Amino acid sequence: MRYHPLTSDDRRDMLAAIGVTAIDDLFVDVPEDKRLTGLLDLPRGKSEIEVERLMGRLAGRNVAAGSVPFFIGAGAYRHHVPATVDHLIQRSEFLTSYTPYQPEIAQGTLQVLFEFQTQVARLTGMEVANASMYDGSTGTAEAVLMAHRITRRRKAVLSGGLHPHYREVVETLSRIAGDVTHALPADPTATEDILAAIDGETSCVVVQSPSFYGHLIDLKPIAEKAHAVGALLIAVFTEVVALGAIEPPGAQGADIVVGEGQSIGNPLNFGGPYVGLFATREKFVRQMPGRLCGETVDAEGTRGFVLTLSTREQHIRREKATSNICTNSGLCALAFSIHMTLLGERGLTRLAALNHAAASDLADRLAAVQGVAVLNETFFNEFTIRVPGDAATVVERLADKGVLGGVPVSRLEPSRADLSDLIVVAATEVATEDDRAAFADALAAVVAEVL
Amino acid sequence: MLNNQGRPSRPDTAAASEAATFTGNKALQIEEGLLFEIGQREVTGIDLPEAPVAKSRLGNHGRKTEIGLPGLSEPETMRHYVRLSRQNHAIDLGLYPLGSCTMKHNPRLNERMARLPGFADIHPLQPASTVKGAVDLMADLSHWLLEMTGMETVALSPKAGAHGELCGMVAIRAAIEARGETRGSVLVPESAHGTNPATAALLGYKVIPVPARADGTVDPAAVKERLSSDVAAIMLTNPNTCGLFERDVVEIAEAVHAAGAFFYGDGANFNAIVGKVRPGDLGVDAMHINLHKTFSTPHGGGGPGAGPVVLSKALAPFAPLPFLRRGEGGPVLVETAEATQDGERPFGRLTAFHGQMGMYTRALAYMLSHGADGLKQASEDAVLNANYVRARLSDLFHAPYGDRPCMHEALFDDHSFEGTEITTLDFAKALIDEGYHPMTMYFPLVVHGAMLIEPTESESRASLDLFIAAMRDLMMRAKAGEVEHFRAAPRFAPRRRLDETRAARQPKLAWSEPAPAAAAE
Repeated sequence: MRYHPLTSDDRRDMLAAIGVTAIDDLFVDVPEDKRLTGLLDLPRGKSEIEVERLMGRLAGRNVAAGSVPFFIGAGAYRHHVPATVDHLIQRSEFLTSYTPYQPEIAQGTLQVLFEFQTQVARLTGMEVANASMYDGSTGTAEAVLMAHRITRRRKAVLSGGLHPHYREVVETLSRIAGDVTHALPADPTATEDILAAIDGETSCVVVQSPSFYGHLIDLKPIAEKAHAVGALLIAVFTEVVALGAIEPPGAQGADIVVGEGQSIGNPLNFGGPYVGLFATREKFVRQMPGRLCGETVDAEGTRGFVLTLSTREQHIRREKATSNICTNSGLCALAFSIHMTLLGERGLTRLAALNHAAASDLADRLAAVQGVAVLNETFFNEFTIRVPGDAATVVERLADKGVLGGVPVSRLEPSRADLSDLIVVAATEVATEDDRAAFADALAAVVAEVL
Repeated sequence: MLNNQGRPSRPDTAAASEAATFTGNKALQIEEGLLFEIGQREVTGIDLPEAPVAKSRLGNHGRKTEIGLPGLSEPETMRHYVRLSRQNHAIDLGLYPLGSCTMKHNPRLNERMARLPGFADIHPLQPASTVKGAVDLMADLSHWLLEMTGMETVALSPKAGAHGELCGMVAIRAAIEARGETRGSVLVPESAHGTNPATAALLGYKVIPVPARADGTVDPAAVKERLSSDVAAIMLTNPNTCGLFERDVVEIAEAVHAAGAFFYGDGANFNAIVGKVRPGDLGVDAMHINLHKTFSTPHGGGGPGAGPVVLSKALAPFAPLPFLRRGEGGPVLVETAEATQDGERPFGRLTAFHGQMGMYTRALAYMLSHGADGLKQASEDAVLNANYVRARLSDLFHAPYGDRPCMHEALFDDHSFEGTEITTLDFAKALIDEGYHPMTMYFPLVVHGAMLIEPTESESRASLDLFIAAMRDLMMRAKAGEVEHFRAAPRFAPRRRLDETRAARQPKLAWSEPAPAAAAE
C-alpha cells in the first residue's frame, strides 16, 4: 500500500520491542468472538491509475455547470474563482493543518481567521463575526437558538421568503431544542405581512434579503417592530455578492446577520462543503456559537492571535455550552478570505454590478418570451418567473436542450400546488450574453411545445 | 529583560542582539502585516469589466455606505498568504501527534478527484437526470461505510462529527417517540468528548455522567446502576478517549438494550478498528464517522469535516432528509417529506442540500485506494505505532492506566513531571522547538495533565524513533532541573508564548484603525 511506510521487518521488530508476538495481541480487548477473521467484503486496494479511472467514470455521468448555459441559484451560486485561490488553499501548511490549538505554530491560520472575521463584519455592517459555521442553513438555525438564549423566549417568526431548506433546518433544530417556529407561508410576490406576526412572545424574526424568490426586503421597519417588543432581527442572505450592491443588514437594524459564503472562493460542490457567515453586535458575543479568533501579544509583547472566548464552547462547558459545534469551515473560510482580498472593495462592487446587469438583461429577455412573466419588482442577481404549465417539466425540457435553466419551486415546496408554475432563475457574471440568449430561445421553444 | 509574565523574554542578551534585524524579519521567517494594514481600497487583484449602464432593479436598497474592504494585487496576494502559510505547522511538514484528532497523510490524488468538474462544478438543485454520477458516488460511499460498520443504513448529510452526533441522537429520540414513550436522560461517560454532553443537552436531555473505573474503561455495573426507563441512550466512544478499547462493550450494549434504550457510538476513533471489528456486531445503534479522521480528508485548519451517521435497523426509518432509496434504475435521492414512502419517517432536515459532497469524493478515493486489505493494514499500523511509542516511553513517562496495550493513541499524564516544576504545557511548548506539533494536552479531562499521542499509520519507524528520542531527551532535561529551558519555550516558533488570558479578558475580534494615542505608544 503506497500510503503505508512500515515494512514487514519494521512491523516484526516493533512488535518485539513492545513485547508481543502478533498484531492481534494488541487487540486483546476486542471481544474475540466479534473480531473479523478475514477481510471485509469489499474490493482490494487500487493503484492511482485505477482510482482515477473509476472516479472519472462517475464524474463523467454528471453535467458540469460550466459546460452548458447555466442559471441555477436558489442558495448556491456559480461564480468565477481566480486560479490563485485554489492554488493558495492547497498550500500544505493551510490544507494539512489542524484547528489552531497551539497558537505559536498556527499564526498563519489564526491571522487569516482574524482577517476573515473583520471582512465579514464589514460586509454585513456588524461589529463582530465568528470564524465561520458549516453553512448558511445551519448558521441560521444556530442564530435562532442564540436569539432564544438572549431573549429567553422560545418563538421564532420565519419569513415566507426564507429559503425552504433553511426553514426546514430551523424547524428541525428548534423542535428538538423544545422551541417553536411560526413560519409564514412561502411568498413568491413579497407581499406578506411579517409585522403582524411579531408579538410579545417573539424571540426573533428571521428575514432573508434578497429573499428566496429574489426580492429585496426593507429590513428597517421589521427591525423597529421587533425591537419594540424586545425581539431580535436575524437577517439572512444566501448570495453574499449581493452585499457588494445593497445596504448591509447591519445598517438596517439587524441584531444577527447570517448567511452563505460559498459564492466567494468556493465551487458548487453539489451542496457542500460551504461556509456559513455569522456576525452580530459586540454585546452578544458571549452568546455567539462557533470559533472566535482574537488578537493578543506574546511573551515578548509582539502581536499574535489565538482562539478565544472558548468558555462558551463544548470542550470547556460541555452540557452548558452555547452549541455543540467543535469545528468551523476553516479551509472554505480561507478561500473566501483570499478571493475577497483579491477583489477588494473595488472588485466586489464591480462584481456585484456585473451580476446585477447580467440578471437584469436576462429578466428582460425572459419576460419577452410569450406566456412568461417575471414576478419581481426588485432583485439582485436572481428572480422568479411564472411559466405556462408545470415548471418542473419545463426545467427538464430545458435540460434536454442543454440549458440548466433554474429551479422549479415545486422541488422545494412540493405541497404548494399554487407554486407549481414558478421557476427561480439566477444569472451571475459567468453567464455570457450568448448563454442568456440561448436560455431565452430554449425557453421560448419549450413554452411553445407546452402551450 | 523580563516580559509581562515576569519571565526572561530571551534566552540571553547575546542571543537577543544576534537576533535583531532592521526589518524585524529573520531570513526566511518574514513578518507579515494584516491585510487591513497593507491593502488599499482602490487596489484589486482581479480584472473585471465595467458593468454596462442599465436601469437598476435594486429599488431603494442600493448600498449608500462604503464597505471598508482593502484589496491586494495578485502578486501581493500570493505573498501575503504564502508568508502566512509559513507560520503554520502541518502534517506535510512533520509529525502531528494530536490524539483524538487523527492527523495522517492527505493523499493528493483525493484532492485531484474532488476537483473534477463533474464533482466540483455541479449544483445541488440541477435536474436529477444531470447528476446520476453524483448520486451513484453517494451510494458507493454508503455501501463502503455500511460494510465496514455492519449497519443498516447511513445518513450522509451531517456536516461534521458533532453534527452527526446530533443526527444520531435525534433519530434515537424519534424512534423512542414512535413507540409512544418519552425518555428524559442520557448516560455519558466522564471521559467523553465535550460534544457528547453538549449534544445531549441541546436535545433537552439530562446528562447523567458515568465514571470510569481505575483501568480507564467504563464499568458495566456503573452503567446498569444508572439505567432506568427514563434513559434514552448511552453515548459511548470506542475506542475511548483514553486510547483504550471498551472491553465490556457487548455487556454494556446488552444492558442498554434490555432497558429499552439505544447505544450511540461516538465514531471519532473508528480509524483504530476498521477491518478488525464492526460496530454493528458490538451492538451499536447509531454512530457518526468523521470522514476527515478515518478517511483522511484534510483538516484545513479546522474544517470542513463530514459526519455521516450509520444507523441500525431500528433507527433506519428515521434518517433525515435527504436520503438514498434503492430504485429499479439505481439509487434515488429522496429530498422532501412528500416524496417518502411507507416505512420512511425522516425526522426532518439538518442542512440545506445533500451534505459534504467534496468530502465524499475524497473519502471514497481513499477507500478505493486502500481497499479492504489496505484499510485493515492501516488500523493495524496505527495501533502498532501507538503501542511502539507507548512501550518506548513508558519507563520515563507515567501512563495512568498502566501497561495495557492501547489502541491507536498512547496516553501519559503529568505524574511524569513529579518533582520538576514543569507542567504539561511547558513540556508541549518545548516540543515545538524540536520541530513537532505537541500532542493533545489536558484531554481527556479525567486525566490530570494529560498528554494524548496519536502517531497514526502514516509515520515511518524512523520518524517514530526520532520523535521518541526527542521526547526522551526533553524528559531527561526536565528531570535534570533545566526548568528555564521549558519555561521560556517556544524560542524558535513564529511567536513566543501567547497571552490567552488577555485575549479573553479584552476581546479584540476584528481589526480597527489604531487610535492616534496608541500609535504614539
